Amino acid sequence: MEGTSPHILLVLPAYQEERSIGGLIRSLRERYPYDVLVVNDGSTDRTSESAREAGAILLDLPCNIGIGGAVQTGFQYARNRGYDVVVRIDGDGQHEVEDIPKVLEPILAGRADAVIGSRFLGETEYRGSIPRIFGIRFFRLLVNVTTGYRVTDPTSGFFAINRSLIEFYSHHYPSDYPEVDAYILMHRLKSRAVEVPVRMYDRTEGKSSITAFRAVYYMVKVTLSYLINRIRRFG
Amino acid sequence: MNRVTLFSTCASAGFLLYILEMVRRRKLREEYSILWLAGSVVILLLSLKQDWLVRIAHAVGIAYPPSFLFLVGILFILLILIHFSIAISKLHQMNKKMAQEMAMLKERLGGEP
Repeated sequence: MEGTSPHILLVLPAYQEERSIGGLIRSLRERYPYDVLVVNDGSTDRTSESAREAGAILLDLPCNIGIGGAVQTGFQYARNRGYDVVVRIDGDGQHEVEDIPKVLEPILAGRADAVIGSRFLGETEYRGSIPRIFGIRFFRLLVNVTTGYRVTDPTSGFFAINRSLIEFYSHHYPSDYPEVDAYILMHRLKSRAVEVPVRMYDRTEGKSSITAFRAVYYMVKVTLSYLINRIRRFG
Repeated sequence: MNRVTLFSTCASAGFLLYILEMVRRRKLREEYSILWLAGSVVILLLSLKQDWLVRIAHAVGIAYPPSFLFLVGILFILLILIHFSIAISKLHQMNKKMAQEMAMLKERLGGEP
């Protein structure tokens, strides 16, 4: 980021988002001068065509490899093309696009390596279901106790990272539900992570990747891989 | 040779030959055949030398020799299943990497409008 303006990439993982992705890309491109990358995780609907028509850079995965793998593909692209900052946003319109500058600011100012948008900081309209809130509290406790980061929204998928984390994540990024795990990785890299308040909404189209039935699996899997990541070696 | 010895010898020898034939025809890769071959050799040996089975069972404190055989069988199956889980995890990782590379190559080949 020496002198010239930083090269910023917005990464949108998308699975079966044909109805929302086009509008989202257009509103991003109207507002910001940044490149927009859609990683289509093997959708069988018209997600890919909609993204291309709306003018996004498109990475089409040949099969569904899961959210972590899809987001990681975005980091790999950013690393290969020399981007300085990646902002990761949901492809389904849950994240308020007007809050992108808030997520970018601490990184551009050099105050943080990762900035995570939290729906619980500041004034919040967010109303989650009871199991979801319970899960978030559980992970909040887990992250706070094991890393020392003061985290309010450990499952937030609205974040920005700088080059050091783009490089690391393009080699090591958790597969299934990556956001909680990422805190351990950041902790081990001694990254400076800060939260900023953002707005998030309930889904308008499509289905959440987390159904009630999978909530228990989610908790067990994330806790396990989280704890394993604490004792794992990264070569 | 009594009837049970004859039966178990034939069965384990047949199994051993079947595994070897699968490897020969390249339907089973060598690295996955090693555990199966080792298992069938052990069963064949114990069929031919039943006094060995009795002696080993008593040595480890198992009064009824056939239950030692079951124990060996179950441990062997567990080992093979773990081996498979590891193989699947490796394939999973390779599959993910290839999908990611492929997506990036497609983009470079002119997916961009």
